[in-house]
Amino acid sequence: MYQSLKNLTASQQVGALFFLVFGLLALITAVMVVLSLREPEDDAIALQRRNDLDNAEGVLRTSWVMVLVFWIGWLAGDSVALVLFALVSFFALREFMTLSPTRRGDHRSLVLAFFVVLPFQYWLVGTRHFNLFSVFIPVYVFLAIPVASALANDPLRFLERNAKLQWGIMVCIYGMSHVPALLLLTFPKYNGKSAFLVFFLVLVVQTAMVTQHLVSRKLKRAPTAPAISHSFNWPSWGAGLAAGSLLGMALAGITPFMPGQAFAMAFVACVAGTLGHLVMKAIKRDRGVPLWQNEGRATTGAGGLLDRVDGLCFAAPVFFHSVRWYFGL
Amino acid sequence: MRATLMSYFLLGLIRFLTGSQARWWGCPPKAEQRIYFSNHQSHADLVMIWAALPKELRGRTRAIAARDYWTKTPFRQWITSAVFNVIYVARDRSSDEDPLEPLFEALDHGDSIILFPEGTRGHAEEPQPFKAGLYNLALKYPKIELIPAWINNVQRVMPKGEVVPVPVLCSVTFGAPIRLQADEERRVFLDRARSAVIALRDV
Repeated sequence: MYQSLKNLTASQQVGALFFLVFGLLALITAVMVVLSLREPEDDAIALQRRNDLDNAEGVLRTSWVMVLVFWIGWLAGDSVALVLFALVSFFALREFMTLSPTRRGDHRSLVLAFFVVLPFQYWLVGTRHFNLFSVFIPVYVFLAIPVASALANDPLRFLERNAKLQWGIMVCIYGMSHVPALLLLTFPKYNGKSAFLVFFLVLVVQTAMVTQHLVSRKLKRAPTAPAISHSFNWPSWGAGLAAGSLLGMALAGITPFMPGQAFAMAFVACVAGTLGHLVMKAIKRDRGVPLWQNEGRATTGAGGLLDRVDGLCFAAPVFFHSVRWYFGL
Repeated sequence: MRATLMSYFLLGLIRFLTGSQARWWGCPPKAEQRIYFSNHQSHADLVMIWAALPKELRGRTRAIAARDYWTKTPFRQWITSAVFNVIYVARDRSSDEDPLEPLFEALDHGDSIILFPEGTRGHAEEPQPFKAGLYNLALKYPKIELIPAWINNVQRVMPKGEVVPVPVLCSVTFGAPIRLQADEERRVFLDRARSAVIALRDV
């Protein structure tokens, strides 16, 4: 089995991988449908189960969409993949900005962020200008955005407003753009298989976050930062990291890494992803919303996209730079 | 043909920029004759409500637009008449005709209408006091439901004086229908209608 997989061409291997992932998703969807048909005995349990199912369905729907995005991106080539990820960035940033009220004076800076910084950053990815790509936002945009804001002649809460904008740009554009950048990273003797690297990153980070969530529900430890997250505590965080990193080691075969390296890379990505998720929770608490998409308030999102990708936005740049630095690419 | 294409383009654009979400809070989206009235802070308000309505309602729902502003250039005229099929009203009282006359025609014809009872775009957090038009319509057409609506966030998309819109998620919240009560005075009714719109801000 393993040998015959090994003998396939790169694109056949990636195809097989997608086949596997789609099969898995279809299976989970089928199980969910069956679960939702079951009639529970008492109302309280029914309500609880309904809520759990609704949550799970949300995650499942996002997974389908994300996998489809990856698949279309892979089928249609790098430039389409870039456009798709740029759109994800765009919608995430739109969500972030919706819930971080801006003032009139921020208008020009926002236009810059959406229509200049975002396309330019993805253009840098597409043309493989990886050095400029790494510093363009943290150095140049960081300094340029406050200039645009200052010219708007509104000093009220100036620092706070710029911080919001810069955080939005950092997470939604800079972080997200590192995912397609992985696709374009060229390893020696690893041609055409960069999709595996993205798959590896997404899977280990997602596994760490899901494991952490499940363990914290079973363990019932006191949360470390209760004002920010009810589910975050050190033991379940450790469990999440362990699960993600071990899975990473098990997946070493599809990456250019040795098992030990795969473990370390997965570990780095999981630390960044889970802690990044915590940071985004803190930002949400500050805004007084439990989710970026919030049904109960006047401003509603088109789907809480940022809730699903925030971990990835933090993990991708750290992972990308670790890989580049370690392998000297 | 060109008008249809333009309407799809605008629909796509406004969804891309704002998500244009409709929240049917106090009434379902039903294909019956209605008068929608809402706060007004931006030129995009009209397009927002229009894009938020489901397709079957969109065709029969017409907004009110000021004739002097929206017929000034051929393009403005084309977009308001061919694409949005608006009802023009005169803002100045030069003629003897009742300024509400075009609205009566549309309502008699069976169309629903979108009204911004402040009369003009506001800049404050809360809408300005409503003008009498809504009261006169309610008086003349007691059978038609009056639906309050709150348009949220659109003023952030394109503040006055800016030309490039910024993407922010916006929503239109539709509230429970209100009716003119027997012997209700004009000012009382208009204030009640205004608070019905404001109340939707926080739901």
